[in-house]
Order: sequence, then C-alpha cells, then structure tokens
Amino acid sequence: MFRRIMRPISPSARREERIFYLFILPWLIGLILFNAGPVFGMLGLSFTDWRISLDDLQFIGLDNYSKLFADPIFWTSVGNTLYIVVGRVVFGVSFALLLAILLNQKVPGIAFFRAVYYLPTVTAGVAVALVWIWIFNPRLGILNHTLKQIGITGPPWIHSSTWVKPSLILMSMFSVGPIMIILLAGLQGVPKELYESAEIDGAGNWAKFRNVTLPMLSPVLFFVIIISVVSSFQNFTEIRVMTEGGPGESSNVMIWYLWKHAFIFLNLGVAAAVAWIMFVILMALTGLQFRLGRRWVYYEGEAR
Amino acid sequence: MTTDKPKKSVSWLKSIEGRRAIGIIITFALLVPLGVAFVLPFIVMVSTALKPLKQVFAFPPTLIPETVQWQNFPDGWYGYGYVDFTTCTWNSLKITINNIIGNLVSCTLAAYAFARLKARGKNFFFAIVLATMLLPNEALVVPQYVLFSRFGWLDTHLPLMVPPWFGWPFFIFLLRQFFLTIPEELIDAAKIDGAGHARILLQIFIPLSKPALATLAIFAFIGNWNNFFGPLLYLRTPNVQTLPVCLVQYQGAYGNTEWHLMMAVATITVIPVLLIFIFGQRYFVEGIATSGVKG
Repeated sequence: MFRRIMRPISPSARREERIFYLFILPWLIGLILFNAGPVFGMLGLSFTDWRISLDDLQFIGLDNYSKLFADPIFWTSVGNTLYIVVGRVVFGVSFALLLAILLNQKVPGIAFFRAVYYLPTVTAGVAVALVWIWIFNPRLGILNHTLKQIGITGPPWIHSSTWVKPSLILMSMFSVGPIMIILLAGLQGVPKELYESAEIDGAGNWAKFRNVTLPMLSPVLFFVIIISVVSSFQNFTEIRVMTEGGPGESSNVMIWYLWKHAFIFLNLGVAAAVAWIMFVILMALTGLQFRLGRRWVYYEGEAR
Repeated sequence: MTTDKPKKSVSWLKSIEGRRAIGIIITFALLVPLGVAFVLPFIVMVSTALKPLKQVFAFPPTLIPETVQWQNFPDGWYGYGYVDFTTCTWNSLKITINNIIGNLVSCTLAAYAFARLKARGKNFFFAIVLATMLLPNEALVVPQYVLFSRFGWLDTHLPLMVPPWFGWPFFIFLLRQFFLTIPEELIDAAKIDGAGHARILLQIFIPLSKPALATLAIFAFIGNWNNFFGPLLYLRTPNVQTLPVCLVQYQGAYGNTEWHLMMAVATITVIPVLLIFIFGQRYFVEGIATSGVKG
C-alpha cells in the first residue's frame, strides 16, 4: 500500500489526478464545511453549557450527558423511537415485500398499480400529514367510519397515548414506495433457473419463497431494513404537524426531543449531546450495512 | 404457480391455465383494494377541499361532497391576512429550481470523477460518499444552525440554497452508477480526437445520461418542494417562508381550523408533485431500483 503511493507516476496520470480533485472539490468542501466540521463542532459543544451565545462558553465535561441520562423524558423518547423503528421494520418491510411480490406478478396493468402504490411516498409532507389528522379523527375520520361499517369500534388513534405510535406506523406504511421498488428490483433479479430447479425438486410456492426467494433477496432485504431504520429517525414532519410529541410524551421521539431542547428550550448543549448520540447510532447502522451486509447475506457470484 | 403436470382427468381448475387464472384473480383481489387504500388520503383531501365547512363536520362522514364549493380554493389561497401563499409559492419555486441546478452541476462533476478518473485516494473518498449516503440531515441540524447563524444567514434562503451546490452523496452515487455503464470506447475515441475531460463530460456523458439526470432532477424537485424541516428552522419572517411552512401556519394560527380551506390549499401544493411524478414516473422507479440492487 505504502509502496504504491510512493511510486512515481507519469505526468499524464498526475494531470488526471488533478482533474479528479478539481471535480470532487465542491463535494469535498461541502463535506468539510457542512458535515465533518459541524459533527466535530457538535461533539465539542456537547461538553459545554452552551445556551444561546457562543461567546461565554463554559466547559462542563460530561454534565450534558449525565443530565440527559438522568432525564426520564429522554429515555421515553429513546423508547418511543425504538418502538417506531421496530414497528416500521416489522410491518413496513413485510408490507413492502407483499406489495413487491404483487407487483412482480405477470398481470395486465401492473405499471399503473406500481404508480398508484408509489404515489403517497412522493406527496408525503405537510399537506398529507394534515389529511391524516383528519383520517384519524375518532368520530368523523374515514378510518373509524369504515371500521364501524364492519362492526369494529375504532380506537382514538393519535389522540390516545397507547394508539398514537401504532397510528404513526400505520401511516408510514403508506410511504414504503422506495423500499417496495428496491425489493421489486431484487425479486426481478432472482435467476429464473433457481425456481425451475426448485420446481423439478417438487417445491411448492411456499417452499420456493422460503428456500429461493428469501435467501436470494437477503442482501436487498438487509439494505431495505437499514433504510427503514434510518428513515424512522427522520419522522419530524408527522410529529410536528400531527402530535407535537403527545398526548403527554407518548410520541416524543428523539428528533422531537432534540428539536425541543435546541429551538424551544434553547438548551443547545443538551441538544448537541442528543444530536451526537443520534449521529453515532446512524453511523453505526451504516457501518453495519457495509460490514454485516457483505457477510451475512447471500451474494450470487456476479449479483452486481 | 406450481406446475404439477395436469392429468387428463382433472378439472380445468387444476390445469395450468386454471391455476394461472386463479393466480390472476387472487392477485387482482389484493391489488385493487390496496390501490384504493393508497389513493384514499387524496380522495379525502380533495373531497374535504370541495365541501362547505358544515359538511366537513357532518356525521356520518362522506367521501363525495353533496354540494361542491369551488370557492374554497380562492378563499383558502387569499383567506388569511399574513399567510401569503403567492409569495410562499414563489419562494418554494425559487429554492427548488436553484437546488435542482446546484445538485445537477455539483453531483455530475463528482460522479464523473468517481466513475472515470484515476487518482490516488479515490477509494478512500468514495468510501466517504457511501458512508454519508444514508446519513439524514436531521442529525447535523444543530451544528449547521450554529454555522449558518455565524454566517449571518438566518432568515434568508441561503442555508437552503447554498449547500445543494456542494453535492449530495446519494445523487453522486446514483450518477456514478450510471456513468459506469457508458462504454469505454467512446471515451477513448474522444481522447484520440484530443478532447479533454471537460469536453468528454459535456459532449458525451451528459447527452447520454439524460434519463439519469432526469431522475436526479425529479428526486431533487420532490425533496425540496416537500422540505419542511429546513425552512421551519432557518426562516422566521412570513415573506420568506416556503409553502409547507405556510400551510402549517394555517393550522396553528386559529384554534378552530377551517379544514375545508386548509385542504383546498393542501391540494394545490400537492399538484406540482403529482404532475412531476406522473410524467417522470418511469425515471423515478428506475433510479430507486438502481440504488438498491447495485448498492
């Protein structure tokens, strides 16, 4: 490795190298200025009593962290985040897989359905979150009205501390579009011969799914799980528009806790500590994707 | 579908065609109700937007308005004194267009470098692109806020409009994947003609990559148009706000939300995204598929 770096290179190769760095320069500046710099700045600030001004900072060591860990609401927000992460991985990913399998069938009109299923994902935002408040309305909402038609008395959804998290998970299942498409592409990448030879061995539909589809899909599934975990940390819009962390603290997730401490309580040192913890979790997940992603899962020789 | 050899005696239902027909019926029995469920939020939005307020709160709820009140759209748009939707729309449009162009330029350059140029340190930097690809901006928002306030950029569009000119890892990755598929011979031929990398990029790669660039532009449009977190964080004054923030003010400003007017405005804000999605659907789907399978 060292020798290769030290090896003298030709002038034309050197020129190419200069162009390489010139071309990646905007990205590199952005990385340092908007990502790396802030990340380390944030680490530093999480050890200070920073409130509003940066001018009279006191170094307070790990005080922010110990304050954070002593705050029961912080642990509530961690628990709520975990609840939503698990819900979105279990229900969201299996639902996306079901949709992908349906879209992989050879029936007419499939492109139309694919577009329809993807639609809620592109429009996800404030407008749609507002609609969902209305859908979840216990008395006048379409959801409980429909449930009533089939004889079920619907729960109070986002207005109840037990139902608010399931409500948010249910709502997120409408925007599984990207995961669905990635899984669909994965399904289409499974070699036909494997199904044919499974059939020769007398495998039924379930056996084929269990023994061919799932193992072949495992790298994609793994990737998709990581994506849905990461996106579960980003659910700020819904929380801000629909619940503001409530009722009580029952939908206070980490990003909302961070927001409140940073921009409502103006407790920026604590917010920096939360942000740093979130950053470490997210980087660890990405690391996991690259490490375990390769080892755990089955890769066909030239799968890429 | 299993493919048990059909015996002459079994009924049509057990034959290959019969099983296939049953399969199609089951598929549709699932596809159609799910499709209805997926468009239901829009139907609720549009139907609420067309109702008079009294009907919105009528019990039992209905999906089809008894009387259609088109007046909700202008009333909603101009309805509230300090929420100026026209200004918000221009702000959103300005930021979105700037960000699409910024992303296209900066990401094309970086993607070309990572796909086609040889340099020491390239693998190292590409590993950073991959590592930061999944990192959501939300995790960095506190320190970025401090940075931009130091720059004196708060309450301006700069915190939203400058960073896109400095690349976006996911887009760099997507474009690089596409650039790798462009045949080497084309580049060699251009080099023999004396073309430099800038010319190769402009005259060969960009024209050949229109689908990929379109994908990227669509992603950027939707992401920026729907962006709520950034504007909420950096903007204060009403006349610099973007559409999503304006829309939320509707909800916050009055205790008794006028749902019919709010849904009317919500419908209008969703229309551009719907149009872009309908016309760009094909690119969109291909772009996402690339990110997963070749990732």
